[in-house]
Amino acid sequence: MKVSYFPGCTLNTTGKGYDTAVRASAAAVGLDLVELSEWNCCGATFPLIIDNMLELAAPAHILVSARAQGVGGSAPLLTTACTTCYNVLNRTNRFIREHLDERDRINSFIESDYSGEVEVKDILHLLRDDIGFDTVGQKVQMPLKGLKVAAYYGCMVLRPPAEVAYDDPDNPRSLDDLMASLGATPVDYPHKNECCGAYLAVKAPEVTREMAYTILRSAHSAGAEAVVTNCPLCQFNLDRRQREMTQLRAGFVPLPVYYFSQLMGLALGLDASGYGWERHYVDARPLLRTLGLWNG
Amino acid sequence: MPAAGFNRRVLIVGAGIAGIQAALDIANSGHEVVLVDRLPSVGGHMHQLSETFPTLDCSQCIMTPRTVEVGRHKNIKLYVYSEVEDIQGGIGSFRVQIRRKPAYVNWDVCTACGACTEACPQQIPVDFDRRLEIARATKSGQLRTIGTGKAIYTLSPQAVPKKPVIDVEHCTWFQKGKCRLCEKVCPVKAIDYEQQPAWFEEQVGAIILATGYELYPLEKLGEYGGGQVPDVIDALAMERLLSASGPMAGVMRRPSDGKVPKEVVWIQCAGSRDPELHMSYCSKICCMYSAKQAMLYKHKVHDGQAFVFYIDIRSAGKRYEEFVQRAMEDDRVLFIRGKVSKVFREGDKVLVWGVDTLTGLPVEVAADLVVISPAMIASEGTRQMAEMLGLEVDEFGWWTEYEGNLSPLETTREGIFLAGTGTGPKDIPEAVSQGSGAAGKVLSLFARWNGGGEGQPQPDGADTGSGGQP
Amino acid sequence: MRVRLTAESVHNELVRRIEEYSGQDLMACYQCGKCAAGCPVAFAMDMLPSQVIRYAQLGLVETLLESKTIWLCAACQTCYTRCPKGIDLSRIMEALREIVMFERGSHINYDELLPEDLAEWPQQAFISGFRKYAL
Repeated sequence: MKVSYFPGCTLNTTGKGYDTAVRASAAAVGLDLVELSEWNCCGATFPLIIDNMLELAAPAHILVSARAQGVGGSAPLLTTACTTCYNVLNRTNRFIREHLDERDRINSFIESDYSGEVEVKDILHLLRDDIGFDTVGQKVQMPLKGLKVAAYYGCMVLRPPAEVAYDDPDNPRSLDDLMASLGATPVDYPHKNECCGAYLAVKAPEVTREMAYTILRSAHSAGAEAVVTNCPLCQFNLDRRQREMTQLRAGFVPLPVYYFSQLMGLALGLDASGYGWERHYVDARPLLRTLGLWNG
Repeated sequence: MPAAGFNRRVLIVGAGIAGIQAALDIANSGHEVVLVDRLPSVGGHMHQLSETFPTLDCSQCIMTPRTVEVGRHKNIKLYVYSEVEDIQGGIGSFRVQIRRKPAYVNWDVCTACGACTEACPQQIPVDFDRRLEIARATKSGQLRTIGTGKAIYTLSPQAVPKKPVIDVEHCTWFQKGKCRLCEKVCPVKAIDYEQQPAWFEEQVGAIILATGYELYPLEKLGEYGGGQVPDVIDALAMERLLSASGPMAGVMRRPSDGKVPKEVVWIQCAGSRDPELHMSYCSKICCMYSAKQAMLYKHKVHDGQAFVFYIDIRSAGKRYEEFVQRAMEDDRVLFIRGKVSKVFREGDKVLVWGVDTLTGLPVEVAADLVVISPAMIASEGTRQMAEMLGLEVDEFGWWTEYEGNLSPLETTREGIFLAGTGTGPKDIPEAVSQGSGAAGKVLSLFARWNGGGEGQPQPDGADTGSGGQP
Repeated sequence: MRVRLTAESVHNELVRRIEEYSGQDLMACYQCGKCAAGCPVAFAMDMLPSQVIRYAQLGLVETLLESKTIWLCAACQTCYTRCPKGIDLSRIMEALREIVMFERGSHINYDELLPEDLAEWPQQAFISGFRKYAL
């Protein structure tokens, strides 16, 4: 199955390892990601002011590019492995489909005639519904046995539910089910959809530390030994802030935070050496070694 | 001059408290009533309650004189465990098809001794107890949660009629071809596994629709656990736990492990006042019943604390405001103004994330038990009955009155009236008043047909299609 | 000292701008507090998210322009997802940030960023941070 792929700036830079893992593991399960020949940053957050045409121009331009590439089925299909990019592209696409006056203004600015022809689908959604977790499971070479992992969804694939959710916003299962298909043991806990703080990392990291603590503590109490996520900013907030947590919170047990494609690549028996392990603040390799799951 | 061919009998659909009141008023005036209910016994939801607000009367105690009278009245033809399948005709001559569901027990022979229920090995969750599963110690001392009813059952000790029915979906004989213990222990051989549904036709001249309400399902409230979190129950389930004739005999224990709950949270407006996601309307009775439940809880657990998360307190009836103030002052129920956002399980507690808008503080309670006050909704089948009768229900499924201000008990069809919560949330005094009101409408109609009042009788079988009785 | 409320004060220019920029009807909020109850950052705010709307309903927008709360909204959409009146509070927060920044300039400046932060932040943190906090 072929689909246009938008890496996004983070998976192109600090998250390059995740991107490498996404491309390799997608290919291994029959999902052929065709990177857009031309792409720009999506803006990293959906603009919330009503008169926001300029901020929508960037994601609109990406959608035009996906349409031009024309990869997909009956409609050009675009996917991404960054949940924030998915959220921005999806909401922009819907906005353009529904608001004709604004659509004209955006199109006149980006010199195009886009009217929402592309379908935007998050990569987990594709893996679940178009590839199938059963298919993924069949291609697993090294089941992640013994890995008790808490799936963390964050906000961007779940809210606002009417616009972006392909899963139950109060009790999502798709990332948990992917982990199960890889042979890991998904651990359920109540804060899987609680915000990590996102861009507050920039101005108020002490706030994101508390938010990350709430999530990690809950995952740990439920029996998780690791967390897995599908957003590079969530990964950063949950991972980086653990450094202060061990000093400030007595009894805090650090949890490695994996990006889903790292685990997917490992389980599929691919060469995981380039999957960005050095960037982790809580080293994510020792747990894998202990469980005999490390092949690097 | 008496009108010829005019049937001065009435069909009342629904034997909840409104239907019962209407039935008794009409029956006591000498006219015949056909009273139909889908449950095995009469009393509707009021039958499930512990005590009523604001008097804290035992619900079954005040109801039983009425239900017993309904069961015995010479002018009331009672069809329980039955559904109205079809109605043809018009005012003065409706033809009603009633299907009585098979009880698999011959009620003419049954003496209501209860031996069958006692013997039945299938302990299952039952609708009357809101499918509660309650912790019981097994023989080896382990805790297991099990349902509160049996596959052959009567609804409660005060049920009228007090004759059992078999729930075929949970009966081992019907599902697996084994058991038949009830048959073995029945002293009068009343069990009849071959019983078929029975059909009856009744002819009536007027109809009262008293079809009642249901509660919005917890499954639709994902942020409150979606009905999956142990010890998060709905308000009627709490009534069953509080009720002296309920599954716990009124002893306050939480379902998952039988512990005495020391901190109990009520969550108001769950699905009500929510035009964006659920029902836009206020369900009217929940402020009162949650205050009541909190008081009853405190009367049973003296060192317990009740928290009620509310948005506004609606206590407009007679002595209602004083009742709520009593809850606050005498029983120290803490009312916290702020709608709860999330409920989840952590260890053996249920965490409630709310806010106190009055101080501006985000708050949380690690509760032992959480009671949700869901929106009231129209009872199942209301919409289908409306289609059958050519009547309207509103966008939420409530019966549409002919005109809300001055004709709240009439429909757009002559001879068909409304009573009780079928038109929308209301409390017991209002439901009873409407029952009597609808009865009055019917009796006035009957009196006019006797030539005793104003207005011409309509030709036999004709339906004028316009409403609004003069 | 009493706060004087008048017909003009409760529908002043700033209130009008908030409604225009956010596209939200401030008077639709009946102050149930569910947004505040679910807000993951409420613990760090100086006023509850629901109080932000309340102050605006009363026309007391100056207080909001001084608040820390509007800079702590993470646009997680939990409020909008659960609001029984369908009010997108995150849009109101953004409208308030815009109003402050139009008057006082950006809330973040590139010059004040530390090289070690720039080195470790994922691109999207940097970009969305500037989207939210700079003109």
